[in-house]
Amino acid sequence: MSDGSRLHAALAAGEFVGGHRPWPRARVTPELWRELIQGLAGGAWSLLGFWGEPDAVHLGLWEESSGTVGVASLSCQDGQFPSVGRRHPPAQRLERAIVDLFGLQATDAPDHRPWLDHGRWPLAYPLAETNARARPLPPYAFLPVEGESLHQIPVGPVHAGIIEPGHFRFTANGEAVVRLEQRLGYVHKGIESLLRGASVERAARLVGRVSGDSTVAYGLAFARAVEAATETEVPERAHWLRALMAELERLANHCGDIGAICNDAAFALMLAHCGVLREKVLRASAVCFGHRLMMDGIVPGGVSGDLAVEGEKALRELLAEFRRRFPPLIDLYDNTASLQDRTVATGFTRPALIKQFGCGGVIGRAGGRAFDARRQPGYPPYDRLEFETPVLGDSDVNARVWIRIREVEQSLRLIDQILDGLPAGPTRAELSQSGETREGVALVEGFRGDVLVWLRLNAGGEVARCHPRDPSWFQWPLLEAAIENNIVADFPLCNKSFNCSYSGHDL
Amino acid sequence: MRKLLLQSLLQVPLTVPAPAPSEAALAELASKVDRAARRRLGRSLSIREVDAGSCNGCELEIHALNNAFYDLERFGFHFVASPRHADVLLVTGPVTANMREGLERTYQATPDPKWVVAVGDCGRDGGVFAGSYACVGGVSAVIPVDLHIAGCPPDPLRLLQGLLALLQTA
Ligand code: SF4
Repeated sequence: MSDGSRLHAALAAGEFVGGHRPWPRARVTPELWRELIQGLAGGAWSLLGFWGEPDAVHLGLWEESSGTVGVASLSCQDGQFPSVGRRHPPAQRLERAIVDLFGLQATDAPDHRPWLDHGRWPLAYPLAETNARARPLPPYAFLPVEGESLHQIPVGPVHAGIIEPGHFRFTANGEAVVRLEQRLGYVHKGIESLLRGASVERAARLVGRVSGDSTVAYGLAFARAVEAATETEVPERAHWLRALMAELERLANHCGDIGAICNDAAFALMLAHCGVLREKVLRASAVCFGHRLMMDGIVPGGVSGDLAVEGEKALRELLAEFRRRFPPLIDLYDNTASLQDRTVATGFTRPALIKQFGCGGVIGRAGGRAFDARRQPGYPPYDRLEFETPVLGDSDVNARVWIRIREVEQSLRLIDQILDGLPAGPTRAELSQSGETREGVALVEGFRGDVLVWLRLNAGGEVARCHPRDPSWFQWPLLEAAIENNIVADFPLCNKSFNCSYSGHDL
Repeated sequence: MRKLLLQSLLQVPLTVPAPAPSEAALAELASKVDRAARRRLGRSLSIREVDAGSCNGCELEIHALNNAFYDLERFGFHFVASPRHADVLLVTGPVTANMREGLERTYQATPDPKWVVAVGDCGRDGGVFAGSYACVGGVSAVIPVDLHIAGCPPDPLRLLQGLLALLQTA
């Protein structure tokens, strides 16, 4: 391949797999595997995903300079693979999850503790070829902390508020946090095992429920991966309607987040006003597509229903409402010193870490990483729409609020353009059948960051293997770093400004 | 800020009228709620929400109950941080194996008399996740449930109808 991609050139030393679209996948030798890890550690490319199969592991890689994606696969004949996490820390949790699910061993891994397996499943290694009996696990060993006048605060899994469960172990010196250690996996539902052998329709419903707040993004990523695998052409109108749903989802979630962050700084007025805007988005979405969160609105081949006749009017009113009500809220945020006092310089996340972890979404863009999957690698109809990707460098809670504010404005601009330019025509195409095994991969920009879906369809058109990777995998670890040296009382604020998904991560 | 506050004072409230309590929920509750206990609590109930493996879709709609349109507090319901302060547990999700103990312990920590409301299709029987090795499947498989509110996720009005039924059975 001569597309100027060093990544593709490196993969070419392996053996390309036919029927993997739209980007290449190569089987690699252990030597090449190590070289690719070297490239990750050296920053030549970043990690898009890392997932297993009973006898192989796959690395999804992203090369920014050429804007290319590639997948490297290593077969694990003796049930082992050379650890990626040893050289490249962002892979550690994904690697631990692979070990838990498939029973493969990462040789010389830096951390052998189970991650998703809490010793509660009826079987061990649930995705391995032959399931082992449940393994008794010792109590989870949190990292040791030593030092005078340190104390620990364990929080969760059931913690304050209407929130997903997870455990946070704070070690504090007085008020200052010296270490946060997360323990996740409480909402692990075994989605990857349910996806095995599922029809494309059922799989779409499942992937649409990996993280309910991103149901549109997941639906889109899954649909695009299926369409890539089956080489299905999606009608133009469907592309535009999908983008409309995606921007409505972004709008609703960003409004909710801006309000919730301010609320955690004890500024409830903002939550009340943002809550009203969010509710209006959900209501307009229900008018347009029949469901407030637009679940199951996107299906492989197109969309499940066309925009309702009253939809355009509802959306025009929504845009007008936002243009009237949103600017005063921005002023309010900008001019409330007590609020800024809490958000400015709080939860600083080093841009070097953001780059190393390939951290996407608001957190990435607030810390100088401009990545936006709508632009690069890109997908229709965004190439025909005008929008900006806001980027800041302060990388604190305040910057993350401002990125959300700017993205709300951009989503409004996009919805306007979509309403003006929405092409007529059909909204769904039949998936083409070939009777062969085919693979597809897709990368989509959700409100939280880039969602990756990789899948293999068997000859009968069912899902043989599917791995959805949430942006939170590369964001949660940075929250541990962001809270260091902040006071315990600022944790809710930092946490909310990240708003990582528990369900999307735990799968 | 003053202008915003003033506007909010002058505007008509956004709050939707209270919906009629759901018939189905009333029927399910009729046999279950201890009237005497309900009278003692009066018309005010504290709710602790427990996510037992939800996709977080149900949480979004539960959150919406607090916005200016639904304003749950006007009915005397309010969300509390600790199960020790709660009268009602609002449970979502297919109950993952990893959350089973957390749910049981939350239930035990809630003082009597208490009610459990299972929210969403997942809470009823595991929903789309039923059959997974990692899910117990349905809240009632782990703790006694007084009321189910169906939907994926149930919208705020449906949640409100279910909760009002809980109040009216007394
Ligand atoms: S019922 Fe639906 S929305 Fe609620 S947790 Fe289950 S899948 Fe998510």
